[in-house]
Amino acid sequence: MHSTLRTRKSPKHPTHPTHRTRRATGAVAAAVVAAGALALTGCSSDNNKSGSDKASDGGRDTGATVVLPRLNGQSLEVSAVWTGAEQANFKKVLAEFEKRTGAKVTFVAAQDPIINFLGSKIAGGQPPDVALLPQPGAIKQAVEKKWAKPLGPEAEAELAKNYSQGWQDIGKVDGKQYGVYYKAANKSLIWYNAKAFEGAGAKEPKTWQDLLAAARAVYDSGVTPFSVGGADGWTLTDWFENVYLSQAGPDKYDQLAQHKIKWTDPSVKDALTTLAQIWGKKDYIAGGANGALQTEFPASVTQTFTGGDQPKAGMVFEGDFAEVNIGETKAKIGTDAKVFPFPAVGGQAPVVTGGDAAVILKDSRAAQALATFLASPDAATIQAKLGGYLSPNKSVALSSYPNEVQQKMARALIAAGDSFRFDMSDQAPQAFGGTPGKGEWKDLQDFLKNPIDVAGTQAKLEADAAKAYGS
Amino acid sequence: MTSVTASGAAPAPEARTRRSVTGTRRTVAALFLLPALVLLGALVVYPIGYSLIRSFLNRPGDSFAGFDNYKALFTDDGIRTALKNNIIWVVFAPAVSTALGLIFAVLTERVRWGTAFKLVVFMPMAISMLAAGIIFRLVYDQDPGKGVANAVWVGVHDTFVRSSAFPKAHAGRQSPLEPDLGGFITAATVHTGQSVALPLVGVAPDQMPKNAKRAVRAKPEPGKITGVTWQDFTRGKGVGRLGAVDPSEQGYAGMRIEAVKDGKVVASAQAADDGTFTLPAAADGARLRLPASNFREPYNGVDWLGPALVTPAVISAYVWMWAGFAMVLIAAGLAGVPRELLEAARVDGANEWQVFRRVTVPLLAPVLAVVTVTLMINVLKVFDLVFIIPPGSSQGDANVLALELYRKGFSEDQPGIASAIAVFLLLLVVPVMLFNIRRLRREVRR
Repeated sequence: MHSTLRTRKSPKHPTHPTHRTRRATGAVAAAVVAAGALALTGCSSDNNKSGSDKASDGGRDTGATVVLPRLNGQSLEVSAVWTGAEQANFKKVLAEFEKRTGAKVTFVAAQDPIINFLGSKIAGGQPPDVALLPQPGAIKQAVEKKWAKPLGPEAEAELAKNYSQGWQDIGKVDGKQYGVYYKAANKSLIWYNAKAFEGAGAKEPKTWQDLLAAARAVYDSGVTPFSVGGADGWTLTDWFENVYLSQAGPDKYDQLAQHKIKWTDPSVKDALTTLAQIWGKKDYIAGGANGALQTEFPASVTQTFTGGDQPKAGMVFEGDFAEVNIGETKAKIGTDAKVFPFPAVGGQAPVVTGGDAAVILKDSRAAQALATFLASPDAATIQAKLGGYLSPNKSVALSSYPNEVQQKMARALIAAGDSFRFDMSDQAPQAFGGTPGKGEWKDLQDFLKNPIDVAGTQAKLEADAAKAYGS
Repeated sequence: MTSVTASGAAPAPEARTRRSVTGTRRTVAALFLLPALVLLGALVVYPIGYSLIRSFLNRPGDSFAGFDNYKALFTDDGIRTALKNNIIWVVFAPAVSTALGLIFAVLTERVRWGTAFKLVVFMPMAISMLAAGIIFRLVYDQDPGKGVANAVWVGVHDTFVRSSAFPKAHAGRQSPLEPDLGGFITAATVHTGQSVALPLVGVAPDQMPKNAKRAVRAKPEPGKITGVTWQDFTRGKGVGRLGAVDPSEQGYAGMRIEAVKDGKVVASAQAADDGTFTLPAAADGARLRLPASNFREPYNGVDWLGPALVTPAVISAYVWMWAGFAMVLIAAGLAGVPRELLEAARVDGANEWQVFRRVTVPLLAPVLAVVTVTLMINVLKVFDLVFIIPPGSSQGDANVLALELYRKGFSEDQPGIASAIAVFLLLLVVPVMLFNIRRLRREVRR
């Protein structure tokens, strides 16, 4: 209960970022707002009557590319943890589905972690027909518990048409397709304060060396280059994952994610050493290591975009969902706050992602039709136009996104093809990759404090990983 | 006193007729007790029993695990830290709260606005733990602009030690300067008739001294050493020409320059508004140093929520809330203390401290014990403040058993170990509770 309190975003924010920011301990004050929101959304089944009233304009002008069956009189329940604008936007997509098929769709707001929420729903004999699960691990869990039902041929065909192999594969368990990745997060982005860059005469870097040069220029101009939200361990694991994916390559990344290679591997040493080129410079991080360790993610973003051309920091690394926090400042996205893809450390720039996959829990023609619809560009285009959303669907036209920044993020996501990788700490057991003050989070926080101790950090990571993976 | 009768102390014949003193039938009594018993059973007894069982099962809960969970309890580092912190909590939090409560209670009795004062001290009790946690998260914020604690601390500090004008200045690329004792020193020695350039970068435009002017290249003068120290950075263009004064680059007005020969300062100067300075012939053959006093970082206050101070910080927040509770109970006890004893002591020549120490405190001892013990039980299960106040990076250092229980049970999916912690917590509370019950019984008998 408390974790939900602390980690849910308050609904007044325009978009609800994917699972990552749910962990992002909002500015603690936001917890109070969220507490209210929780009471309101609770586990009530939101009837989406109000949604369908105002929603139809979202998809009216979209040419239909997918044929859906008539489903008059049937009803469906869809469950996801989204709140606020994100939920409202998704309801517009559902409204379009209702309009095309005649089925009635009800949105059920779930709580985090959704897998526990579904567990209680299933134990009570009333699972939703379709649920959106935030991690590949959750899909696997749902399959192991025999909750998830495989997708039918129509949905699979739609997936094959619109999704790259990689995005199809992470929705598979034991070779069978269960998940449709409806929403994606691009976690390989660096947001920067345009005025600070201009003052320093720095340019958007393409490689790690360029990034260091840009950081140097920003530093020389009198602005601290980076803001790091080190109080939340996951921002640090994301830093590491981007460097590691680009430097060691996707294969090693997969092996490390499954703990097939140890954290004492030389590739980890290289990544940490590279990371220390930034983390190791006290003056490169706003507030120094100690200050960063007390800065939560939302504050790390806002402090980069407040203070005009003399912000606390020039750049902040994180995914597309940082947009929500920038929205809290006076900075305008696209002019004051700009973004560039995480630069290439090795051969290719990394693309680390997150995402939510639709999984069928109660097999029916209507549920299959909804999965098919969500796999089609028609559904994704509606939500893309509303903003605050990225789709891994490659058939969605980039022009559907409302602004240049969104297009840039979507382009990077799609351009990665199959070499993108899902967030590593989300694939790890929670005790290692998802608990404040423990496992990878804690070890990287200690590393931020003492970036010289590469070998010691590796040893600690390996010890914690071994315990959590049980090997 | 029906309870006494019901518990079997009543004469035997009456029990046989199944009537109590008041004449109610036992079945009727049982009927009335039933709802309470059902609730107690469902909400207290059953969860305790199930936790006990669960603590002996393995992670998924389908097979017996023996004492493995309890073994984990004493080998896991996180739990050990939690245990250590719990001990600190139990020792300090009730003691400090009770002591403060006692002081407040005794003092408020003597001041005119005592009730108003009591009201203010008691007020934090009206705030929920969650809200108090959020308040103190802000109080302890590292940034002196946000956190009250650090604002006060930094304010006091800065009245004694001033920070300098160029805290973030550093040597640029290919600089003639190298770091030295927190400042910078030239790599080469300087000679009379030479014009020295001492470029640095990294001072933000709004940090530059107000009187700073455009830097100019110093003219060489015979018999003297001249030079300029300036910000070698052009806004929007980067460094410009390295080591050379570009137009629109500003001088470091007020920067101190020392000439150092064999570790001794032989001459010193201060830069003018345009960054130029002149040193006498005595500095010939010396190296020029920009001493550390130019670059002192602004004091950033105390790391309240860092690993070292986080537990005391959270305990202080707890004391802030609960000292009022202790005060109210002790004040009530104080009202019952016979005045004539205090008067007698005073007549016998005891001073106020002696009256307090030898008469008031011993008379209050039972109340003090009850308050301390109640707070101890309360402290053993403390969770909210520890969950809210520390940032994620030091949550592990502030950990207590109740929080560890939550983390193990709900975020690490280790219900077995979490149940073991719960049982262990219960065992810790039981002796304290027994003490409280026994004391209560004694009071009743009296």
